[in-house]
Amino acid sequence: MTLAAAHVDTGDTAWLLAATALVLLMTPGLALFYGGMVRTKSVLNMLMMSFVSIALVTVVWLAAGYSLAFGDDVFGGLIGGLGHSGMSGIGPGSVHGTVPTLLFATFQLTFAIITAALVSGAVADRTKFSAWLVFVPVWALVVYVPVTHWVWGPGGWIVDRLGALDFAGGMPVEITSGASGLALCLVLGPRLGFRKDAMRPHNLPMVILGAGLLWFGWFGFNAGSALGANGLAAAAFLNTLAAGCTGLLGWLFVEQRRDGHPTTLGAASGAVAGLVAITPSCGTVSLLGALVVGLAAGVVCSYAVSWKFRLNYDDSLDVVGVHLVGGIIGTLLIGLFAEKAMTGGAEGLFYGGGLVPLGRQLLAVAAVGAYAFGVTYGLGKLIDRALGFRASEEQEHTGLDLTVHAETAYDHGVLGHGAPVNHSLVAAQQAPTRKVESQA
Amino acid sequence: MKLITAIVKPYRLDEVKTALQELGVHGLTVSEASGYGRQRGHTEVYRGAEYRVDLVPKVRIEVVVEDAVADDVIDAIVGAAQTGKIGDGKVWALPVETVVRVRTGERGPDAL
Repeated sequence: MTLAAAHVDTGDTAWLLAATALVLLMTPGLALFYGGMVRTKSVLNMLMMSFVSIALVTVVWLAAGYSLAFGDDVFGGLIGGLGHSGMSGIGPGSVHGTVPTLLFATFQLTFAIITAALVSGAVADRTKFSAWLVFVPVWALVVYVPVTHWVWGPGGWIVDRLGALDFAGGMPVEITSGASGLALCLVLGPRLGFRKDAMRPHNLPMVILGAGLLWFGWFGFNAGSALGANGLAAAAFLNTLAAGCTGLLGWLFVEQRRDGHPTTLGAASGAVAGLVAITPSCGTVSLLGALVVGLAAGVVCSYAVSWKFRLNYDDSLDVVGVHLVGGIIGTLLIGLFAEKAMTGGAEGLFYGGGLVPLGRQLLAVAAVGAYAFGVTYGLGKLIDRALGFRASEEQEHTGLDLTVHAETAYDHGVLGHGAPVNHSLVAAQQAPTRKVESQA
Repeated sequence: MKLITAIVKPYRLDEVKTALQELGVHGLTVSEASGYGRQRGHTEVYRGAEYRVDLVPKVRIEVVVEDAVADDVIDAIVGAAQTGKIGDGKVWALPVETVVRVRTGERGPDAL
C-alpha cells in the first residue's frame, strides 16, 4: 500500500469497483444469514441491525473514520490524523497506489460496515434498537477505526512496525467483531429462556441463501484486497474458494461423527468458518495452506460454538465461535504457512521462517482481541447506564418485530406470533386504532 | 347425532376424506394440530445443540353425523388412517344436542 505511483491503472480500478460492490452485498447477505437463525418474532429486527449499519457506518466513515484509519499516523502507529475529515483534500484526481483514493476509501468503508453488522449476531433478539443506533457509529470510531489503522494504516504498529501479516482483515474484521460480540453479549446478558427454551433457527433456506451471498461477496473482500487485477488477486480468489470448501467439509465431518447427521446449518456455518479463517491468510499462504486453514477452522469452530452453553454466555448466533475463533486460527496459521511467493518476503515456520513470524502474529492477535473486547465492554456498559441497552422483558417476550418496528415478518398466525390478520381491514380504511407499544 | 373427532397423521388425510365420501358424509372440518401420545416427540440438532421437540404435527378431523352411521364412520376413519405404527392417533365420539345450518336456519339432522 504505497502512495508512490501517481497514476491510475484502469484494470485495477475496474476490478476494485466491482469488488467494492461485492463486499457491500455481504452485509445484506449477513442479514439473511443471521435473520434465518433467529425466531420468527424478531427476524425483522435482526435484518434491520445489519441493514441500518450500512447507513450509520457510512456517515461516520466519511465524516472522520477514513481519516483516522488511513490518514498519516499522528501517534506512535496507533491512530491517523483528522486531516481528511469529511474526505477533505481527496478528489477524483487523488490516487492511492494504482486506484483512485475515493475508491480505496469506499472499498475500506464496506469492510467497516460488515464488521459492525457482524457484532449484532451476539446480541440477537434482545437489543434495544435505539441503543444499537448509538452504539454502531461510536463503536466504528473507537474500536474498528483504531484497529484498522494499526493493521493497514500508514505507519500502523502491527503491519508496518511489528511486521505481522493480515491480508484481508482477520484482525480488523473477524477478531474485532468476535471479541466485541463477546463483550456485548456479556453486557446485555442472555436471552430470556437461554439454555432452557428451544430457540431453533426459523428459516434455514434463508440461512443458506445468506451464506451463499456472503461467499460470493467474499471474493471481492479477499481478492479485492490485492488492490489490483493481478496474480495475487487470483491466488487470493482461489484460496478463498478452497478454504470455504474445506471448512464446509470439516464441519460436516464433525457433525456426522458427533451428532449422526450432516446438517444444512452445519454446511453454511462450516463454509463461513473457513472463509473467516482464510481472510487474513488468503494472500499470504499457498493453496495447500489454504486447504489446511479452512479445514482447521471448520473442525475447531464446530466445537467452539458449544462453549457458550458450558460457560453460560449467550453469543446467540455464534459470532465468537465462528468469527473470533476462526479469525484467530487464520491469523495464527499465517505464522506457519506464509510463503515467499505470496508475501514477497516473509515466510512461516513450515517454509523456513522460524518461530518469529508466529510470535508476531500471536502478539498482534492478543493486542487486537484485548483492545476490541475491553473498549466494547466499556462502551456497552456506558450506553447501558445512559440509555439502557436491553429491550424490556415484555418486548423480548412478544418479539422485537411487533414491539419495536410495528411489523411482523410473516402473514400467518401460527400460535400467537404471526401477523394480526383480522386487523387488516380496519388498517386499510383508517389509521390503526390499536397502538403498538413503542420503544422508549 | 354424534360429533366424531379424529386426530391422525397428516399424510393420511386424503385417504380419510375419500373413505368418508364413499360413506356419503358430505362435510367435515379439518384443522392443523400439534400434540403427542405414546409416540412422544423427536430431537433436532442445530450447531450441535440438541432440541427436544415434544409436539408432533397432526390433523384434527371433525364431522357430525347421525347416530345410526356413527360406528361406520368411526370404522372408516380408523381403517383409512391406520398404518400400524406408533403415532397413528385417536378417534372419539361425543353426543351433539343440536345443529343449525346457518344459511337456512334448519335444525337437527336436516341440517347435516
